[in-house]
Amino acid sequence: MSTADTHLLSRKPPARRAMQWTFGLGAFAYFVYLLWLFDFERIFTGLPKLWVIVRLMIDWSLFAEWDHAELLRSMVETVAMAFLGTFLAVIMALPLGFLGARNIIPSAVFRFLTRRIFDGCRGLDQFIWALVFVRAVGLGPIAGILAIMVAETGILSKLFAEAIENIDTKQVDGVRSTGASRVAELRYGVLPQILPVLISQALYSVESNSREATILGLVGAGGIGLRLSERIQINAWDQVAYVIVLVLITVALIDSISRWLRLRLIGKQS
Amino acid sequence: MVPGVKTGLDQARDYPNHKFRYPTYKDGGRGLRHHEVGWRVILLIGRYDTLAGACRMTTTDPAWQSFEQRFGAARRARRTESTLILVILVLLFMVSAIWTDFSPEKILAGLPRIGEYFGKLFSIQPSQSAPPVAVLSWPHLFGGVKEPQSVAYWFYRINVYATLLWQTIQMALLATVLGYCAAFALSFPAARTLTANRAVVFVSRRSLEFMRTIPQVVLAFIFVWPFGIGPLAGILAIAIHTTGALGKLFSELNENADLRPVEGVRAAGGSWLAQMRYGVVPQMLPGFLSYGLLRFEINVRSSTIIGFVGAGGIGQELKRVIGFNIYEEISAICILILLIVVAIDLLSERVRHRLIGALV
Repeated sequence: MSTADTHLLSRKPPARRAMQWTFGLGAFAYFVYLLWLFDFERIFTGLPKLWVIVRLMIDWSLFAEWDHAELLRSMVETVAMAFLGTFLAVIMALPLGFLGARNIIPSAVFRFLTRRIFDGCRGLDQFIWALVFVRAVGLGPIAGILAIMVAETGILSKLFAEAIENIDTKQVDGVRSTGASRVAELRYGVLPQILPVLISQALYSVESNSREATILGLVGAGGIGLRLSERIQINAWDQVAYVIVLVLITVALIDSISRWLRLRLIGKQS
Repeated sequence: MVPGVKTGLDQARDYPNHKFRYPTYKDGGRGLRHHEVGWRVILLIGRYDTLAGACRMTTTDPAWQSFEQRFGAARRARRTESTLILVILVLLFMVSAIWTDFSPEKILAGLPRIGEYFGKLFSIQPSQSAPPVAVLSWPHLFGGVKEPQSVAYWFYRINVYATLLWQTIQMALLATVLGYCAAFALSFPAARTLTANRAVVFVSRRSLEFMRTIPQVVLAFIFVWPFGIGPLAGILAIAIHTTGALGKLFSELNENADLRPVEGVRAAGGSWLAQMRYGVVPQMLPGFLSYGLLRFEINVRSSTIIGFVGAGGIGQELKRVIGFNIYEEISAICILILLIVVAIDLLSERVRHRLIGALV
């Protein structure tokens, strides 16, 4: 076969090519329209200002005068918020997960309702929950804890319910065949199978929530975010950079602790 | 025992009061026949042997003993470890609770205010000075736009919300496209198998890591200063975060790429760019697109909240109505955000499945 032939064979039909070109050009035009819509030319006026901020950020000459005690205290508070919120969420999500699993409660209507409740908790971001709870229980870490708890309960309940639906029924049948009660069936037949999923998810949630909790303070829900927003508002850019570095170190620390714990608790299976 | 043949023993069992316990057999003999005795003795010896063996094993067999010991030790260790972990968890819980002033009383003190929210949501004030009247019934709740505080009435500013929601989705779209392009460009130098220069790999990896670790809301808050209040700051913040997150995923995909097409292009004299374009990209396109769509879902969610720091979208409006305690509008916006997030999730899931099906 000559090269001309292969070239002809590999060409797409003209109608399809025309469609692809139209689609591509349309997408590009829409992209340009979006750039225009959101005033992207402001980037060029903003960049010099951003450069000023970056220069201020890397100047740490006043390091000794910053309120280190307060910042570190808030940092610990953030981690405590994440831990408490996740802990409560795990406690809430375990029974909810059982209620939402098809093989535990076969009713389709009930399952639909519980699943929609999980979706409702999950669909709204932690940040929005934090704002709602700040109005309800006032400024401070409790609003943050409740926000983390509600959002995380939605996520974990769904995951637990799915884990419970995917278990091996043989183990449950074995326990049932000894004449065990329903509770014993769940305890010895179901729980050992979902425990690895549970632990690894809970650890992952603590990790991701301590990341998320750093921003909850921006709406007044306690933690390092509050300090960060204060410092942004008074343009103390050097301290802003310091707080960000603190956050990065803490998150990295929690990551490695949880990796170690996961390896220790559930071995190399996951 | 031989089935179907009645023996002396069977007769004795069936007729215990029979005069002759051991009836005569055809050949005139009496008592237990030898084959019956033999079976019983063998069974008895066998049972004794098993029992004795088991006793001997549990008491004297060294293998069994060491197994018992190790099993017991392992079980004890496991129980101690579980208890220890539980104690540590409870201790941590208490320390955190004290540190954050977390107590049931404080939550209970907040509960009336949540009740107040629903109270105001489901009541109307006939006039300025009159006390509010609770209206909570199905006919009222679905009474239509004219009925104050019915579900339809919450959405009386739906045109404003629709515009803002559309803006939010467009923000997410633009941020995803920008982040996708940057991540695409950076993922090739960040892949160890594709780039020989270690320094280039190191720098691109570290910069991607840096971009994804800074929380995007914080980034948006910082960007509001140089770029002004509005969607631009939010878009840039989300785009930078997207670059970091997608860049990592893309570079991992690239590292798993089959290197034979790359070698083929190199053998034909292709430059590094040509090797990437014709050797790697065709293999990886479905993965790239699928991850990009997944990221779009996440970015829609992020762009609903990024407005809280003044970076545009529906979040800015939500913050305003929460600040002014306009309860019906809070409900309306929350419901809209929920709907849009779920809708985009479902849509993108469907597109992703079709895309993977069409390209693989």
